[in-house]
Amino acid sequence: MSTLEIKDLHVSIETEQGTKEILKGVSLTINTGETHAIMGPNGSGKSTLASTIAGHPRYTVTSGSITLDGEDVLEMSVDERARAGLFLAMQYPVEVPGVTMTNFLRTAKTAIDGEAPSLRHWTKDVKTAMADLKIDPAFANRNVNEGFSGGEKKRVEILQLELFKPKFAILDETDSGLDVDALKVVSEGVNRAQEKNSMGTLLITHYTRILRYIKPDFVHVFVDGKIAEQGGPELADRLEEEGYDRFLKVQA
Amino acid sequence: MTETATAITGEKARIGAPSIAGFTEEGENLSPLNDPAGSTGRPTVRIPDSSRAGRPTSYKVEDFAPLTGREEDWRFTPLKRLGGLHKEALTGAAPTVEVQATAGVTVETVGMDDARVGSAGIPEDRVSANGWNSAAAATVVTVPADAEDVRVTVTVTGTGLEASAQHLVVVAGPNSRAVVVLDHVGSAVVAENVEIDVRDGAALTFVTLQGWASDAIHASSQQARIGQDAHLKHIAVSFGGDLVRVTPSARFAAPGGEAELYGLYFADAGQHLEHRLFVDHSQPRCKSNVLYKGALQGQGAHTVWVGDVLIRKDAVGTDSYEANRNLVLTDGTRADSVPNLEIETGLIDGAGHASTTGRFDDNQLFYLMARGIPEKAARRLVVRGFLNEVIQQIGIPELEERLNETVEAELAATDS
Repeated sequence: MSTLEIKDLHVSIETEQGTKEILKGVSLTINTGETHAIMGPNGSGKSTLASTIAGHPRYTVTSGSITLDGEDVLEMSVDERARAGLFLAMQYPVEVPGVTMTNFLRTAKTAIDGEAPSLRHWTKDVKTAMADLKIDPAFANRNVNEGFSGGEKKRVEILQLELFKPKFAILDETDSGLDVDALKVVSEGVNRAQEKNSMGTLLITHYTRILRYIKPDFVHVFVDGKIAEQGGPELADRLEEEGYDRFLKVQA
Repeated sequence: MTETATAITGEKARIGAPSIAGFTEEGENLSPLNDPAGSTGRPTVRIPDSSRAGRPTSYKVEDFAPLTGREEDWRFTPLKRLGGLHKEALTGAAPTVEVQATAGVTVETVGMDDARVGSAGIPEDRVSANGWNSAAAATVVTVPADAEDVRVTVTVTGTGLEASAQHLVVVAGPNSRAVVVLDHVGSAVVAENVEIDVRDGAALTFVTLQGWASDAIHASSQQARIGQDAHLKHIAVSFGGDLVRVTPSARFAAPGGEAELYGLYFADAGQHLEHRLFVDHSQPRCKSNVLYKGALQGQGAHTVWVGDVLIRKDAVGTDSYEANRNLVLTDGTRADSVPNLEIETGLIDGAGHASTTGRFDDNQLFYLMARGIPEKAARRLVVRGFLNEVIQQIGIPELEERLNETVEAELAATDS
């Protein structure tokens, strides 16, 4: 079992108006095999947490720690974090012109595993994973995310999740912009990865509808850069009915 | 055709705007510049320097004033580094020419008085005219009519640094299908004229590779005449030499033609790589698409891209687009990029231009690194990808392979 531990994390960004603190002391422990949903209103710092774990240079950690099985994640470069077993499914996947999906997937897999995948198995794995996610095989020859629709980009994120087999996946609003069918396909992909690799999942979402397909063990409500409430799946049901108003009123 | 669209958002193209003096429903009334003789006609009134229509053409070097470096078409070129190509008689030995071709293709060496010399263009600048006057002979490569799957490689090997002149004529016969690769290697100081005559219904892919040794100086005027329903794909690839200036011009001789002009360049420290192209739409219903991409690295690396597209009054139904994209990899480089689009009729399908010069996109880097790819490898992947968009256009696997290797070698130089 592996553990991703976040302790009293404070994160700020530089804006034109000066330094702005976004995360104000977040603590969270995730074990492999567990699914944690992070919910909260817009601007509460959910995506900042995701990007900080992945090491995006825009975010500065001012205090606190992130460790993976005791190893200091904050000391690692972005690529080292990925090779250590962290995966961020991005809210806005980036287009990389001129680099084909096939080339990209193989290059990344080789980097993560430290050796090139066996060609025969790899080709089969990619094909199967693409079929499971209902991705057109022609996408293999297209450039990374270039001209993909929002839904296609999200599927391709989950394709990578299934192929790279991380210990922990952070899904940053993977459900946004998906129609019901795509949401189902994507959720099934996440569930497959979790089942096969006993992955730990940090599911960041604004809406409860994805939780119908991916069942969380824990739900954390984020308000103003802090966890305002934690609980089991029943907390999500309550949010579905009540929305975030009661947290925002307290804050006001 | 009822729809008209242009990328010009200014008053010239405002559809349905109230009538303005000097404008007709076909656009601005510029008839004095629109000599019915088209591109070869001489305008009777003085056209401003800023218009490509007014650029003089002549076979005689003395018709062009001595260069000062302030001329519109020379303002980015360091004349001191031209090796005298713009002022001296070009008496050095011309680079050797070797032609490999599939059966049926004829290769001749002819005098400059041969009828085919001058069939596709008239010099548009002083260096080109100087080269024309100084060339002792021309190499004429002819692809016969209706020939298919033709492959020609013309290897031009420079053997010295004395200023010289070179002349090459490529004729793609009617309805032929051919790929011609012009490969420049070695050391040379050369003013080169290349005429590309794409006859009616022909489809020609013409690749010009500037892989010179690091001391070469090369000014190459490449003029294409595109016949009825003919198709030219012109690809310029420049990475060698000290100063390279390639000026491709595409002129449509009849309706229905198509010109694709692609370019790829990679400038290292101290290198000057310049591409100035001209697409002259003087005929109805022709298409043109231009995409040049370049990377720059090292102190003093300088690239210039100027894209002139002129849509004349008679060129109704034109569809045209041009773009230049530069990727700056280090400090100390300079990329000049100037798209010029002149439109003299509103009755076109499209006309647009784009130019970007930027540093590395950090979001791309983050995305790739977040998938475990180390920074150096990720950077290479992005640069390779950036240039690959042009390489993918070539459609000749072994040539694509060779260019990929060239890009790899250039990138390896970045790391050291």
